[in-house]
Amino acid sequence: MDITIFINIIYVISAALFIYGLKLLGHPSTARKGNRLSAIAMLIAMIVTLLDQHILSYSWIIISVLAGSAVGVYVSKKVEMTEMPELVSLFNGVGGLASAVVAIAAMVGSDLTAGLATISVIALIIGAVTFSGSLIAWGKLSERISGKPIVFNSQAIANYALIGVTVLFSALYVIYPSSTLFICVVIALALAIGVMVVLPIGGADMPVVISLLNSYSGLAACAAGFALENNLLIVAGALVGASGIILTNIMCKAMNRSLVNVLTSGFQEVVSMDIVVEGEIKPISADDAFYVLEAAQSILVIPGYGMAVAQAQHAMKELQELLESNDAEVVYGIHPVAGRMPGHMNVLLAEADVSYDLLLEMDEVNQRMENFDVAIVIGANDVVNPAARELKGSPIYGMPVINADLAKNVFVIKRSMSSGFAGVDNPLFFKDNTRMIFGDAKEVLNHIVRQFTD
Amino acid sequence: MIAIYLLFILMLAIFVGFELIQKVPATLHTPLMSGANAISGITVLAAIVLAGGESGEAATVLGIIGVFFATINVVGGYLVTDRMLAMFKKK
Repeated sequence: MDITIFINIIYVISAALFIYGLKLLGHPSTARKGNRLSAIAMLIAMIVTLLDQHILSYSWIIISVLAGSAVGVYVSKKVEMTEMPELVSLFNGVGGLASAVVAIAAMVGSDLTAGLATISVIALIIGAVTFSGSLIAWGKLSERISGKPIVFNSQAIANYALIGVTVLFSALYVIYPSSTLFICVVIALALAIGVMVVLPIGGADMPVVISLLNSYSGLAACAAGFALENNLLIVAGALVGASGIILTNIMCKAMNRSLVNVLTSGFQEVVSMDIVVEGEIKPISADDAFYVLEAAQSILVIPGYGMAVAQAQHAMKELQELLESNDAEVVYGIHPVAGRMPGHMNVLLAEADVSYDLLLEMDEVNQRMENFDVAIVIGANDVVNPAARELKGSPIYGMPVINADLAKNVFVIKRSMSSGFAGVDNPLFFKDNTRMIFGDAKEVLNHIVRQFTD
Repeated sequence: MIAIYLLFILMLAIFVGFELIQKVPATLHTPLMSGANAISGITVLAAIVLAGGESGEAATVLGIIGVFFATINVVGGYLVTDRMLAMFKKK
Protein backbone atom coordinates (compact mmCIF):
# COMPACT_ATOMS: atom_id res chain seq x y z
CA MET A 1 0.00 0.00 0.00
CA ASP A 2 1.12 3.51 -0.75
CA ILE A 3 2.55 4.95 2.44
CA THR A 4 0.81 8.29 1.90
CA ILE A 5 -2.57 6.58 1.83
CA PHE A 6 -1.71 4.64 4.95
CA ILE A 7 -0.72 7.83 6.75
CA ASN A 8 -3.96 9.48 5.74
CA ILE A 9 -6.07 6.54 6.90
CA ILE A 10 -4.43 6.81 10.29
CA TYR A 11 -5.14 10.56 10.24
CA VAL A 12 -8.84 9.78 9.74
CA ILE A 13 -8.81 7.46 12.74
CA SER A 14 -6.96 10.11 14.68
CA ALA A 15 -9.55 12.76 13.81
CA ALA A 16 -12.34 10.40 14.93
CA LEU A 17 -10.56 9.87 18.25
CA PHE A 18 -10.13 13.62 18.77
CA ILE A 19 -13.84 14.13 18.16
CA TYR A 20 -14.90 11.23 20.37
CA GLY A 21 -12.50 12.44 23.05
CA LEU A 22 -14.17 15.85 23.03
CA LYS A 23 -17.56 14.19 23.28
CA LEU A 24 -16.46 12.33 26.41
CA LEU A 25 -15.33 15.66 27.85
CA GLY A 26 -19.05 16.47 28.13
CA HIS A 27 -19.31 14.88 31.56
CA PRO A 28 -16.92 14.90 34.53
CA SER A 29 -17.18 11.13 34.96
CA THR A 30 -15.94 10.37 31.42
CA ALA A 31 -13.76 13.41 30.84
CA ARG A 32 -10.50 11.78 31.88
CA LYS A 33 -11.02 8.95 29.42
CA GLY A 34 -11.79 11.49 26.71
CA ASN A 35 -8.55 13.32 27.35
CA ARG A 36 -6.63 10.04 27.12
CA LEU A 37 -8.28 9.14 23.81
CA SER A 38 -7.29 12.54 22.49
CA ALA A 39 -3.70 11.94 23.64
CA ILE A 40 -3.66 8.54 21.92
CA ALA A 41 -4.93 10.18 18.73
CA MET A 42 -2.06 12.64 18.90
CA LEU A 43 0.50 9.91 19.57
CA ILE A 44 -0.48 7.71 16.62
CA ALA A 45 -0.66 10.74 14.34
CA MET A 46 2.88 11.71 15.35
CA ILE A 47 4.18 8.18 14.85
CA VAL A 48 2.74 7.71 11.36
CA THR A 49 3.90 11.15 10.31
CA LEU A 50 7.46 9.97 10.93
CA LEU A 51 6.85 7.34 8.23
CA ASP A 52 6.46 10.10 5.66
CA GLN A 53 8.87 9.35 2.82
CA HIS A 54 10.00 12.96 2.62
CA ILE A 55 11.62 12.62 6.01
CA LEU A 56 15.27 11.90 5.56
CA SER A 57 16.84 12.47 8.96
CA TYR A 58 15.31 11.53 12.26
CA SER A 59 17.93 12.34 14.84
CA TRP A 60 17.10 16.02 15.29
CA ILE A 61 13.37 15.39 15.23
CA ILE A 62 13.72 12.81 18.01
CA ILE A 63 15.95 15.11 20.07
CA SER A 64 13.43 17.92 19.63
CA VAL A 65 10.49 15.71 20.64
CA LEU A 66 12.37 14.51 23.72
CA ALA A 67 13.36 18.03 24.73
CA GLY A 68 9.80 19.32 24.23
CA SER A 69 8.38 16.37 26.19
CA ALA A 70 10.79 16.99 29.06
CA VAL A 71 9.69 20.63 29.29
CA GLY A 72 6.02 19.58 29.04
CA VAL A 73 6.33 16.97 31.80
CA TYR A 74 8.23 19.36 34.07
CA VAL A 75 5.72 22.18 33.63
CA SER A 76 2.65 19.97 34.07
CA LYS A 77 3.99 18.47 37.32
CA LYS A 78 5.20 21.71 38.81
CA VAL A 79 2.30 24.08 38.15
CA GLU A 80 0.00 25.02 41.03
CA MET A 81 -3.73 24.83 40.35
CA THR A 82 -4.08 28.51 41.19
CA GLU A 83 -1.65 29.26 38.34
CA MET A 84 -3.75 27.55 35.66
CA PRO A 85 -4.76 30.82 33.93
CA GLU A 86 -1.08 31.73 33.52
CA LEU A 87 -0.20 28.26 32.25
CA VAL A 88 -3.04 28.14 29.72
CA SER A 89 -2.00 31.57 28.56
CA LEU A 90 1.59 30.41 28.08
CA PHE A 91 0.42 27.29 26.23
CA ASN A 92 -1.71 29.48 23.97
CA GLY A 93 1.41 31.48 23.21
CA VAL A 94 3.62 28.45 22.59
CA GLY A 95 0.96 26.95 20.30
CA GLY A 96 0.83 30.18 18.31
CA LEU A 97 4.61 30.32 18.17
CA ALA A 98 4.84 26.74 16.86
CA SER A 99 2.34 27.51 14.09
CA ALA A 100 4.14 30.74 13.20
CA VAL A 101 7.50 28.94 13.01
CA VAL A 102 5.98 26.22 10.82
CA ALA A 103 4.51 28.87 8.52
CA ILE A 104 7.90 30.59 8.22
CA ALA A 105 9.56 27.24 7.50
CA ALA A 106 7.07 26.64 4.69
CA MET A 107 7.68 30.15 3.38
CA VAL A 108 11.47 29.95 3.26
CA GLY A 109 11.48 26.31 2.17
CA SER A 110 10.32 26.93 -1.38
CA ASP A 111 8.78 29.60 -3.57
CA LEU A 112 5.07 29.24 -2.93
CA THR A 113 2.22 29.83 -5.34
CA ALA A 114 0.09 32.91 -4.63
CA GLY A 115 -2.60 30.83 -2.93
CA LEU A 116 -0.20 28.98 -0.64
CA ALA A 117 1.76 32.15 0.05
CA THR A 118 -1.45 33.90 1.14
CA ILE A 119 -2.55 31.16 3.51
CA SER A 120 1.00 30.79 4.88
CA VAL A 121 1.25 34.48 5.66
CA ILE A 122 -2.17 34.29 7.36
CA ALA A 123 -0.94 31.36 9.47
CA LEU A 124 2.17 33.35 10.33
CA ILE A 125 0.18 36.44 11.36
CA ILE A 126 -2.36 34.55 13.50
CA GLY A 127 0.45 32.55 15.12
CA ALA A 128 2.59 35.59 15.87
CA VAL A 129 -0.34 37.65 17.21
CA THR A 130 -1.33 34.72 19.45
CA PHE A 131 2.25 34.41 20.70
CA SER A 132 2.89 38.02 21.64
CA GLY A 133 -0.69 38.59 22.83
CA SER A 134 -0.50 35.54 25.09
CA LEU A 135 2.80 36.66 26.56
CA ILE A 136 1.24 39.99 27.51
CA ALA A 137 -1.82 38.19 28.93
CA TRP A 138 0.53 35.94 30.91
CA GLY A 139 2.42 38.97 32.19
CA LYS A 140 -0.82 40.58 33.33
CA LEU A 141 -2.12 37.41 34.99
CA SER A 142 1.12 36.78 36.86
CA GLU A 143 1.29 40.48 37.70
CA ARG A 144 4.63 40.93 35.98
CA ILE A 145 2.98 43.82 34.22
CA SER A 146 0.17 45.97 35.56
CA GLY A 147 -3.27 44.37 35.33
CA LYS A 148 -4.73 47.80 34.68
CA PRO A 149 -5.58 48.75 31.11
CA ILE A 150 -2.60 50.48 29.52
CA VAL A 151 -3.80 53.19 27.18
CA PHE A 152 -2.30 56.18 25.44
CA ASN A 153 -3.50 58.94 23.16
CA SER A 154 -4.58 58.05 19.63
CA GLN A 155 -4.14 54.36 20.39
CA ALA A 156 -6.98 53.46 18.05
CA ILE A 157 -5.37 55.28 15.12
CA ALA A 158 -2.01 53.63 15.86
CA ASN A 159 -3.67 50.21 15.86
CA TYR A 160 -5.51 50.74 12.60
CA ALA A 161 -2.30 51.99 11.02
CA LEU A 162 -0.46 48.93 12.30
CA ILE A 163 -3.04 46.56 10.85
CA GLY A 164 -3.03 48.45 7.54
CA VAL A 165 0.76 48.26 7.23
CA THR A 166 0.68 44.55 8.07
CA VAL A 167 -1.83 43.87 5.31
CA LEU A 168 0.31 45.92 2.91
CA PHE A 169 3.52 43.98 3.62
CA SER A 170 1.66 40.65 3.53
CA ALA A 171 0.43 41.54 0.06
CA LEU A 172 3.97 42.51 -0.95
CA TYR A 173 5.21 39.13 0.27
CA VAL A 174 2.55 37.29 -1.75
CA ILE A 175 3.68 39.21 -4.85
CA TYR A 176 7.38 38.58 -4.12
CA PRO A 177 7.36 35.22 -2.29
CA SER A 178 11.15 34.87 -2.38
CA SER A 179 11.73 37.99 -0.32
CA THR A 180 12.93 37.22 3.19
CA LEU A 181 12.77 40.91 4.07
CA PHE A 182 9.00 41.07 3.69
CA ILE A 183 8.60 37.96 5.84
CA CYS A 184 10.68 39.56 8.61
CA VAL A 185 8.66 42.80 8.46
CA VAL A 186 5.38 40.88 8.67
CA ILE A 187 6.67 38.92 11.69
CA ALA A 188 7.63 42.13 13.50
CA LEU A 189 4.31 43.81 12.69
CA ALA A 190 2.22 40.80 13.73
CA LEU A 191 4.08 40.57 17.05
CA ALA A 192 3.39 44.28 17.60
CA ILE A 193 -0.33 43.79 16.91
CA GLY A 194 -0.56 41.08 19.59
CA VAL A 195 1.04 43.38 22.16
CA MET A 196 -1.11 46.37 21.21
CA VAL A 197 -4.37 44.42 21.32
CA VAL A 198 -3.88 42.88 24.76
CA LEU A 199 -2.15 45.75 26.59
CA PRO A 200 -5.29 47.91 26.90
CA ILE A 201 -7.37 45.07 28.37
CA GLY A 202 -7.85 45.01 32.14
CA GLY A 203 -7.53 42.14 34.60
CA ALA A 204 -11.25 41.43 34.98
CA ASP A 205 -11.61 40.95 31.23
CA MET A 206 -8.90 38.29 31.15
CA PRO A 207 -11.30 35.30 30.88
CA VAL A 208 -12.41 36.71 27.53
CA VAL A 209 -8.87 37.33 26.32
CA ILE A 210 -7.58 33.88 27.30
CA SER A 211 -10.53 32.18 25.60
CA LEU A 212 -10.03 34.23 22.46
CA LEU A 213 -6.29 33.52 22.31
CA ASN A 214 -7.09 29.85 22.89
CA SER A 215 -9.26 30.02 19.81
CA TYR A 216 -6.52 31.79 17.83
CA SER A 217 -3.96 29.12 18.68
CA GLY A 218 -6.33 26.61 17.05
CA LEU A 219 -6.98 28.85 14.05
CA ALA A 220 -3.22 29.24 13.56
CA ALA A 221 -2.83 25.45 13.41
CA CYS A 222 -5.80 25.34 11.05
CA ALA A 223 -4.22 27.90 8.71
CA ALA A 224 -0.92 26.01 8.83
CA GLY A 225 -2.93 22.93 7.82
CA PHE A 226 -4.16 24.76 4.72
CA ALA A 227 -0.63 25.91 3.90
CA LEU A 228 0.72 22.36 4.09
CA GLU A 229 -2.46 20.67 2.84
CA ASN A 230 -2.70 18.52 5.94
CA ASN A 231 -6.32 17.67 6.78
CA LEU A 232 -5.68 16.53 10.37
CA LEU A 233 -4.22 19.94 11.19
CA ILE A 234 -7.37 21.50 9.80
CA VAL A 235 -9.73 19.26 11.79
CA ALA A 236 -7.86 19.57 15.09
CA GLY A 237 -7.26 23.29 14.61
CA ALA A 238 -10.95 23.87 13.82
CA LEU A 239 -12.01 21.96 16.96
CA VAL A 240 -9.77 24.15 19.11
CA GLY A 241 -10.90 27.27 17.28
CA ALA A 242 -14.56 26.39 17.85
CA SER A 243 -13.94 25.62 21.51
CA GLY A 244 -12.24 28.96 22.10
CA ILE A 245 -14.97 30.89 20.33
CA ILE A 246 -17.73 29.22 22.34
CA LEU A 247 -15.93 29.98 25.61
CA THR A 248 -15.31 33.56 24.50
CA ASN A 249 -19.00 33.93 23.77
CA ILE A 250 -20.02 32.49 27.16
CA MET A 251 -17.63 34.85 28.95
CA CYS A 252 -18.92 37.88 27.03
CA LYS A 253 -22.53 37.00 27.80
CA ALA A 254 -21.69 36.54 31.47
CA MET A 255 -20.33 40.08 31.49
CA ASN A 256 -23.18 41.48 29.41
CA ARG A 257 -20.70 42.84 26.89
CA SER A 258 -19.96 42.25 23.27
CA LEU A 259 -16.62 40.92 22.12
CA VAL A 260 -15.94 44.17 20.27
CA ASN A 261 -16.64 46.06 23.46
CA VAL A 262 -14.10 43.98 25.44
CA LEU A 263 -11.42 44.15 22.75
CA THR A 264 -11.75 47.89 22.40
CA SER A 265 -12.23 48.51 26.13
CA GLY A 266 -8.94 50.34 26.31
CA PHE A 267 -10.06 52.77 23.66
CA GLN A 268 -13.18 53.96 25.40
CA GLU A 269 -13.74 56.61 27.98
CA VAL A 270 -13.79 55.22 31.47
CA VAL A 271 -17.41 55.03 32.57
CA SER A 272 -17.63 57.00 35.76
CA MET A 273 -20.46 56.29 38.08
CA ASP A 274 -22.35 59.36 39.24
CA ILE A 275 -24.49 57.42 41.63
CA VAL A 276 -22.93 57.27 45.06
CA VAL A 277 -23.71 54.12 46.93
CA GLU A 278 -24.14 54.94 50.58
CA GLY A 279 -25.03 53.01 53.61
CA GLU A 280 -23.71 51.56 56.78
CA ILE A 281 -21.20 48.75 56.78
CA LYS A 282 -22.04 46.17 59.40
CA PRO A 283 -18.96 44.15 60.30
CA ILE A 284 -19.19 40.92 62.21
CA SER A 285 -16.45 38.93 63.87
CA ALA A 286 -15.63 35.40 62.77
CA ASP A 287 -16.75 34.22 66.21
CA ASP A 288 -20.23 35.64 65.75
CA ALA A 289 -20.42 34.34 62.21
CA PHE A 290 -19.83 30.87 63.62
CA TYR A 291 -23.01 31.02 65.70
CA VAL A 292 -25.10 31.97 62.69
CA LEU A 293 -23.55 29.19 60.61
CA GLU A 294 -24.08 26.67 63.34
CA ALA A 295 -27.81 27.39 63.29
CA ALA A 296 -28.08 27.49 59.48
CA GLN A 297 -29.75 24.68 57.53
CA SER A 298 -28.66 25.56 54.00
CA ILE A 299 -25.56 27.44 53.03
CA LEU A 300 -24.45 28.80 49.68
CA VAL A 301 -20.78 29.54 49.05
CA ILE A 302 -19.93 32.03 46.31
CA PRO A 303 -16.22 32.03 45.51
CA GLY A 304 -14.34 34.63 43.50
CA TYR A 305 -10.79 35.42 42.49
CA GLY A 306 -10.01 36.38 46.10
CA MET A 307 -10.42 32.74 47.11
CA ALA A 308 -7.71 31.78 44.64
CA VAL A 309 -5.41 34.54 45.86
CA ALA A 310 -5.88 33.55 49.50
CA GLN A 311 -5.67 29.80 48.64
CA ALA A 312 -8.76 29.42 50.81
CA GLN A 313 -10.31 26.46 48.98
CA HIS A 314 -8.97 23.82 51.39
CA ALA A 315 -10.14 25.72 54.47
CA MET A 316 -13.56 26.08 52.82
CA LYS A 317 -13.74 22.34 52.18
CA GLU A 318 -12.95 21.71 55.84
CA LEU A 319 -15.73 24.07 56.87
CA GLN A 320 -18.07 22.39 54.40
CA GLU A 321 -17.50 19.00 56.04
CA LEU A 322 -18.14 20.40 59.49
CA LEU A 323 -21.33 22.11 58.35
CA GLU A 324 -22.49 18.93 56.67
CA SER A 325 -21.88 16.88 59.80
CA ASN A 326 -23.94 19.56 61.54
CA ASP A 327 -26.81 18.52 59.20
CA ALA A 328 -26.64 21.58 57.00
CA GLU A 329 -26.66 21.53 53.22
CA VAL A 330 -23.70 23.25 51.55
CA VAL A 331 -23.57 24.08 47.85
CA TYR A 332 -21.34 26.33 45.78
CA GLY A 333 -22.64 28.92 43.32
CA ILE A 334 -20.16 29.58 40.53
CA HIS A 335 -20.44 32.58 38.27
CA PRO A 336 -19.08 31.99 34.74
CA VAL A 337 -16.54 34.82 35.04
CA ALA A 338 -15.53 34.22 38.66
CA GLY A 339 -11.74 34.00 38.65
CA ARG A 340 -9.40 34.68 35.79
CA MET A 341 -10.43 32.00 33.30
CA PRO A 342 -13.47 29.87 32.45
CA GLY A 343 -13.95 27.19 35.11
CA HIS A 344 -11.16 28.55 37.33
CA MET A 345 -13.14 28.18 40.59
CA ASN A 346 -14.29 24.66 39.72
CA VAL A 347 -10.72 23.45 39.35
CA LEU A 348 -9.65 24.99 42.65
CA LEU A 349 -12.57 23.40 44.49
CA ALA A 350 -11.97 20.08 42.77
CA GLU A 351 -8.38 20.32 43.98
CA ALA A 352 -9.72 20.72 47.51
CA ASP A 353 -11.76 17.53 46.95
CA VAL A 354 -15.17 19.17 46.76
CA SER A 355 -17.61 16.87 44.95
CA TYR A 356 -18.44 18.30 41.53
CA ASP A 357 -22.19 17.82 41.91
CA LEU A 358 -22.09 20.51 44.62
CA LEU A 359 -20.74 23.07 42.16
CA LEU A 360 -23.87 24.74 40.79
CA GLU A 361 -24.19 27.25 38.01
CA MET A 362 -25.52 30.75 38.49
CA ASP A 363 -29.08 30.16 37.22
CA GLU A 364 -29.51 27.13 39.41
CA VAL A 365 -28.65 28.92 42.65
CA ASN A 366 -30.52 32.10 41.73
CA GLN A 367 -33.78 30.17 41.44
CA ARG A 368 -33.63 29.06 45.05
CA MET A 369 -31.72 31.98 46.53
CA GLU A 370 -34.49 32.90 49.01
CA ASN A 371 -34.19 29.46 50.60
CA PHE A 372 -30.54 29.78 51.60
CA ASP A 373 -30.07 30.67 55.24
CA VAL A 374 -26.59 32.02 54.62
CA ALA A 375 -24.71 33.03 51.48
CA ILE A 376 -20.96 33.23 52.08
CA VAL A 377 -19.16 35.40 49.53
CA ILE A 378 -15.44 34.59 49.47
CA GLY A 379 -13.32 37.09 47.60
CA ALA A 380 -15.98 37.79 44.97
CA ASN A 381 -17.24 41.27 44.24
CA ASP A 382 -18.60 42.19 40.82
CA VAL A 383 -20.24 38.79 40.27
CA VAL A 384 -22.51 39.32 43.32
CA ASN A 385 -23.10 43.03 42.80
CA PRO A 386 -26.83 43.83 42.96
CA ALA A 387 -26.13 47.11 41.14
CA ALA A 388 -26.20 45.00 37.99
CA ARG A 389 -29.86 44.39 38.69
CA GLU A 390 -31.12 47.53 40.36
CA LEU A 391 -28.85 50.48 39.55
CA LYS A 392 -29.45 51.85 36.08
CA GLY A 393 -26.39 53.81 35.03
CA SER A 394 -23.94 51.57 36.81
CA PRO A 395 -21.21 50.33 34.44
CA ILE A 396 -22.19 46.74 35.16
CA TYR A 397 -25.96 47.30 34.90
CA GLY A 398 -27.53 44.38 33.05
CA MET A 399 -24.75 41.89 33.76
CA PRO A 400 -26.15 38.59 35.06
CA VAL A 401 -25.05 38.17 38.67
CA ILE A 402 -25.56 35.75 41.51
CA ASN A 403 -28.25 37.41 43.63
CA ALA A 404 -26.54 36.82 46.95
CA ASP A 405 -28.41 39.74 48.51
CA LEU A 406 -31.67 37.80 48.27
CA ALA A 407 -30.46 35.10 50.66
CA LYS A 408 -31.62 35.38 54.26
CA ASN A 409 -28.16 36.32 55.52
CA VAL A 410 -25.07 37.29 53.58
CA PHE A 411 -21.51 37.04 54.87
CA VAL A 412 -18.91 38.77 52.78
CA ILE A 413 -15.35 37.76 53.55
CA LYS A 414 -13.17 40.53 52.28
CA ARG A 415 -9.69 41.81 52.99
CA SER A 416 -10.68 45.46 53.12
CA MET A 417 -13.23 47.88 51.73
CA SER A 418 -12.28 48.47 48.13
CA SER A 419 -14.24 48.32 44.95
CA GLY A 420 -13.97 45.34 42.63
CA PHE A 421 -12.04 45.07 39.39
CA ALA A 422 -14.75 46.84 37.47
CA GLY A 423 -14.16 49.75 39.85
CA VAL A 424 -17.76 49.71 40.94
CA ASP A 425 -19.00 50.14 44.47
CA ASN A 426 -21.02 47.23 45.64
CA PRO A 427 -24.41 48.02 47.26
CA LEU A 428 -24.45 44.42 48.54
CA PHE A 429 -22.09 45.50 51.33
CA PHE A 430 -24.68 47.96 52.64
CA LYS A 431 -27.73 45.71 52.60
CA ASP A 432 -29.55 45.08 55.89
CA ASN A 433 -28.96 41.34 55.71
CA THR A 434 -25.25 41.65 54.88
CA ARG A 435 -22.46 41.29 57.42
CA MET A 436 -18.84 41.92 56.49
CA ILE A 437 -16.09 39.70 57.86
CA PHE A 438 -12.84 41.54 57.30
CA GLY A 439 -9.65 39.55 56.99
CA ASP A 440 -7.74 37.06 54.88
CA ALA A 441 -10.23 34.51 53.56
CA LYS A 442 -8.12 31.53 54.60
CA GLU A 443 -7.58 32.83 58.14
CA VAL A 444 -11.24 33.73 58.60
CA LEU A 445 -12.40 30.30 57.45
CA ASN A 446 -9.81 28.51 59.57
CA HIS A 447 -10.96 30.55 62.55
CA ILE A 448 -14.56 29.44 62.05
CA VAL A 449 -13.38 25.84 61.57
CA ARG A 450 -11.57 26.00 64.92
CA GLN A 451 -14.76 27.28 66.58
CA PHE A 452 -16.62 24.28 65.23
CA THR A 453 -14.08 21.76 66.42
CA ASP A 454 -13.82 23.28 69.91
CA MET B 1 -9.65 21.46 -6.10
CA ILE B 2 -7.61 20.45 -3.07
CA ALA B 3 -8.38 23.80 -1.45
CA ILE B 4 -12.11 23.12 -1.88
CA TYR B 5 -11.84 19.70 -0.24
CA LEU B 6 -9.92 21.22 2.61
CA LEU B 7 -12.60 23.90 3.01
CA PHE B 8 -15.22 21.16 3.19
CA ILE B 9 -13.27 19.46 5.95
CA LEU B 10 -12.91 22.77 7.77
CA MET B 11 -16.62 23.52 7.56
CA LEU B 12 -17.63 20.10 8.89
CA ALA B 13 -15.03 20.19 11.66
CA ILE B 14 -16.26 23.58 12.84
CA PHE B 15 -19.85 22.33 13.04
CA VAL B 16 -18.83 19.20 14.93
CA GLY B 17 -16.70 21.33 17.24
CA PHE B 18 -19.53 23.72 18.05
CA GLU B 19 -21.98 20.89 18.71
CA LEU B 20 -19.62 18.96 20.99
CA ILE B 21 -18.16 21.82 22.94
CA GLN B 22 -21.51 23.40 23.69
CA LYS B 23 -22.22 20.27 25.72
CA VAL B 24 -19.14 20.62 27.91
CA PRO B 25 -20.38 21.76 31.35
CA ALA B 26 -19.01 24.97 32.89
CA THR B 27 -17.30 22.88 35.57
CA LEU B 28 -14.93 21.48 32.97
CA HIS B 29 -14.11 24.67 31.11
CA THR B 30 -10.56 24.97 32.46
CA PRO B 31 -9.61 21.36 31.54
CA LEU B 32 -11.30 21.97 28.18
CA MET B 33 -8.98 24.89 27.56
CA SER B 34 -5.82 23.08 28.58
CA GLY B 35 -6.95 20.08 26.53
CA ALA B 36 -7.46 22.44 23.60
CA ASN B 37 -3.89 23.68 24.17
CA ALA B 38 -2.69 20.11 23.73
CA ILE B 39 -4.75 19.57 20.58
CA SER B 40 -3.47 22.82 19.06
CA GLY B 41 -0.04 21.19 19.35
CA ILE B 42 -1.17 19.20 16.28
CA THR B 43 1.11 21.61 14.40
CA VAL B 44 3.82 19.16 15.42
CA LEU B 45 2.86 17.03 12.41
CA ALA B 46 3.59 19.83 9.97
CA ALA B 47 6.76 20.67 11.86
CA ILE B 48 7.97 17.05 11.64
CA VAL B 49 7.48 16.97 7.87
CA LEU B 50 9.29 20.29 7.42
CA ALA B 51 12.11 19.30 9.79
CA GLY B 52 12.73 16.06 7.98
CA GLY B 53 12.28 17.31 4.45
CA GLU B 54 14.85 18.72 2.07
CA SER B 55 13.55 22.24 1.58
CA GLY B 56 16.85 23.76 2.59
CA GLU B 57 18.67 24.27 5.85
CA ALA B 58 16.54 27.19 7.07
CA ALA B 59 13.30 25.20 6.72
CA THR B 60 14.86 22.22 8.49
CA VAL B 61 16.08 24.28 11.44
CA LEU B 62 12.74 26.10 11.75
CA GLY B 63 10.94 22.76 11.51
CA ILE B 64 13.00 21.35 14.37
CA ILE B 65 12.25 24.44 16.48
CA GLY B 66 8.57 24.00 15.62
CA VAL B 67 8.67 20.36 16.74
CA PHE B 68 10.13 21.45 20.09
CA PHE B 69 7.47 24.07 20.84
CA ALA B 70 4.54 22.01 19.58
CA THR B 71 5.66 19.01 21.66
CA ILE B 72 5.70 21.18 24.79
CA ASN B 73 2.05 21.97 24.14
CA VAL B 74 1.10 18.37 23.37
CA VAL B 75 2.81 16.74 26.34
CA GLY B 76 2.31 19.56 28.84
CA GLY B 77 -1.30 20.11 27.76
CA TYR B 78 -2.40 16.50 28.03
CA LEU B 79 -0.60 15.85 31.32
CA VAL B 80 -1.90 18.94 33.09
CA THR B 81 -5.43 18.24 31.81
CA ASP B 82 -5.20 14.69 33.11
CA ARG B 83 -3.95 15.99 36.45
CA MET B 84 -6.92 18.32 36.70
CA LEU B 85 -9.53 15.81 35.58
CA ALA B 86 -8.27 13.29 38.13
CA MET B 87 -9.36 15.74 40.83
CA PHE B 88 -12.97 15.95 39.69
CA LYS B 89 -14.70 13.42 41.91
CA LYS B 90 -18.24 12.81 43.03
CA LYS B 91 -18.92 11.64 46.53
